[in-house]
Amino acid sequence: MATTPTDSLNPWLELRRLTPARIALGRTGTSMPTGAQLDFQFAHAQARDAVHLPFDHAGLSSQLAERGQQTLLLHSAAIDRHSYLQRPDLGRKLDDDSAQQLRDYALAHPGAIDVAIVVADGLSALAVHRHTLPFLARMQEQTATENWSQSPVILVEQGRVAVADEIGELLGAKMVVMLIGERPGLSSPDSLGLYFTYGPKIGLTDAYRNCISNVRLEGLSYAMAAHRLVYLMREACRRQLSGVNLKDEAQVHTIESAAPSENFLLKGE
Amino acid sequence: MATFSHAVGTQTYRFDSLKDLMAKASPARSGDFLAGVAALNDGERVAAQMALADIPLSWFLQEALIPYESDEVTRLIIDTHDPLAFAAVSHLTVGGFRDWLLSDAADEQSLRALAPGLTPEMAAAVSKIMRVQDLILVAQKIRVVTRFRGTMGLRGRLSTRLQPNHPTDDPAGIAASILDGLLYGNGDAMIGINPATDSIASICDLLNMLDAIIQRYEIPTQSCVLTHVTTSIEAINRGVPLDLVFQSIAGTEAANASFGINLNLLQEGYEAGLSLNRGTLGNNLMYFETGQGSALSANAHFGVDQQTCETRAYAVARHFKPFLVNTVVGFIGPEYLYNGKQIIRAGLEDHFCGKLLGVPMGCDICYTNHAEADQDDMDNLLTLLGVAGINFIMGIPGSDDIMLNYQTTSFHDALYARKTLGLKPAPEFEQWLSKIGIFTQTDGRIEFGHQLPPAFRQALAHLGGR
Repeated sequence: MATTPTDSLNPWLELRRLTPARIALGRTGTSMPTGAQLDFQFAHAQARDAVHLPFDHAGLSSQLAERGQQTLLLHSAAIDRHSYLQRPDLGRKLDDDSAQQLRDYALAHPGAIDVAIVVADGLSALAVHRHTLPFLARMQEQTATENWSQSPVILVEQGRVAVADEIGELLGAKMVVMLIGERPGLSSPDSLGLYFTYGPKIGLTDAYRNCISNVRLEGLSYAMAAHRLVYLMREACRRQLSGVNLKDEAQVHTIESAAPSENFLLKGE
Repeated sequence: MATFSHAVGTQTYRFDSLKDLMAKASPARSGDFLAGVAALNDGERVAAQMALADIPLSWFLQEALIPYESDEVTRLIIDTHDPLAFAAVSHLTVGGFRDWLLSDAADEQSLRALAPGLTPEMAAAVSKIMRVQDLILVAQKIRVVTRFRGTMGLRGRLSTRLQPNHPTDDPAGIAASILDGLLYGNGDAMIGINPATDSIASICDLLNMLDAIIQRYEIPTQSCVLTHVTTSIEAINRGVPLDLVFQSIAGTEAANASFGINLNLLQEGYEAGLSLNRGTLGNNLMYFETGQGSALSANAHFGVDQQTCETRAYAVARHFKPFLVNTVVGFIGPEYLYNGKQIIRAGLEDHFCGKLLGVPMGCDICYTNHAEADQDDMDNLLTLLGVAGINFIMGIPGSDDIMLNYQTTSFHDALYARKTLGLKPAPEFEQWLSKIGIFTQTDGRIEFGHQLPPAFRQALAHLGGR
């Protein structure tokens, strides 16, 4: 157990309920007390582990197969995590074998694809392991009436967001949805990001994508994320575009606007 | 354009241009590899450093790394260069300049006089052939003192920006972090918020709130909300009380354009700030943030290495007599600075080059979770920059920025540096801390009050009466 030196007793502990920031940690001398110090180290360790956790694509692939969904496994041009972290350009494109594999698939399976779903490890395979299946289940419920044709779920190792555009282009897909592990924060090692492009092709910038961030148990719920995504997809089909020109009005209607709290430092005389 | 070659033993190394030579002489970092401008191996890097050491400083006035005609930052650098100030070192090579900087001829006075005679490229060049101890030794000779409501940069002082960010800009949440920081003696450089929402209405709310807190508790500090300069100008036009005008800046015209700014717009922001006349001790009021890699990430580096691009941003900064400049060294990620070693070196380079050019440098000593770095690396950089005489660092609750999702120095870290190095806050703030009863400091000893200061006890009582 961490000891509590007398000078670390913290008379403003009650401020903690006002913010998730690490306030009122106390002090020993002027330094961080042991408990707070180790709490921080653990949070950082979790984030680091998430960045370096290998993508269990085999596990994900068999879980998806159980639900009747086929998968294709691809690899970006970043050969390993070391290269991935230093060369974002390589993570944004497929390696040669993967690009060929997709071309072959497209030749063998002519016919329109409305939606290609891409799942990439990004900066947190943990996020992808935890949230892919439950999120896709929610998304499927909400798109059941659309009769959108789908490609197999594409799994990408060492992938960055833009690789989805190359995949969409090679498949000739109308829309591409990417599920990717976001950069872990200290208290959020498993945050999933969703990126959506209508008319994907190589070289598109962020301005052509819509992003739904922070999908995780403590963040945006699967249902809400699926609701917003499907709203965007329907709007995109109607207006034939995605990105900055496609406003996420679903967000406006669904986010609770909490009244700002009163500032105790400025109360009274 | 001149080409350069350097023979070491049997091998001759060739460099296409001054720009190529500068890039290849740069100590290794991931951003230069990403840009494809780095040396191919360690031998080529040191050969480039040897060739660079032989180049006369005056050459940098002849050959612009980014053309004068196409870049307003280059024009600013050349047009404001002071040949009289430069005369003291104009006969030296880059290598000779390093020797001179380390010699006793270079002292606080001579270095201050020299600053307007140096271009960013000269500062960047000499830094590339300096070791960490050189960067520290020369920087600590220099003081760049600025004033608004407090005095920054005096010898023996280390200030902090209290950064009370909150994911939804909630006023009570921000106030809680502010009080936490003040009670740990942080916040003399400024109370500076990165807003989560960028609407003019919420920016004005935050500015009004900071002003009210500073006034009510009579804190000798400055407020800042880190929003685009055009938003600050708009707030000033609406009569909102704003102390420091913020802007992110970079070292090329094209990179600045990607931030939606140019020199004219910065001048407009500077003049808007001056018009308020809110500084009581002085009128340094611009607050700039920079960081190696920003030009490359905007694809606006023109083959110039990231450290040289960064140093050019300090020429932009110094033109507007800033209150403080902050290199946010580890925020950009491992594709630019891969690990603790690269982040530490970059932080020291930036501080050295900025100070040499006469810029009031601070550093956001920080990292992200996908960089190969941790708290120990930050402790190292903090200690080294403390010895080097840095003007200010960040102070946030428990090193964890819950809005921007990265780690920087904590309130506790600032006290560690002050204690071990015998550094104090700005004099006005030191007096306030003592008067209000937070703590008194004698050299490295910090004596906290036995109770919470009455003014803040009262504020907490309001909270209790919810």
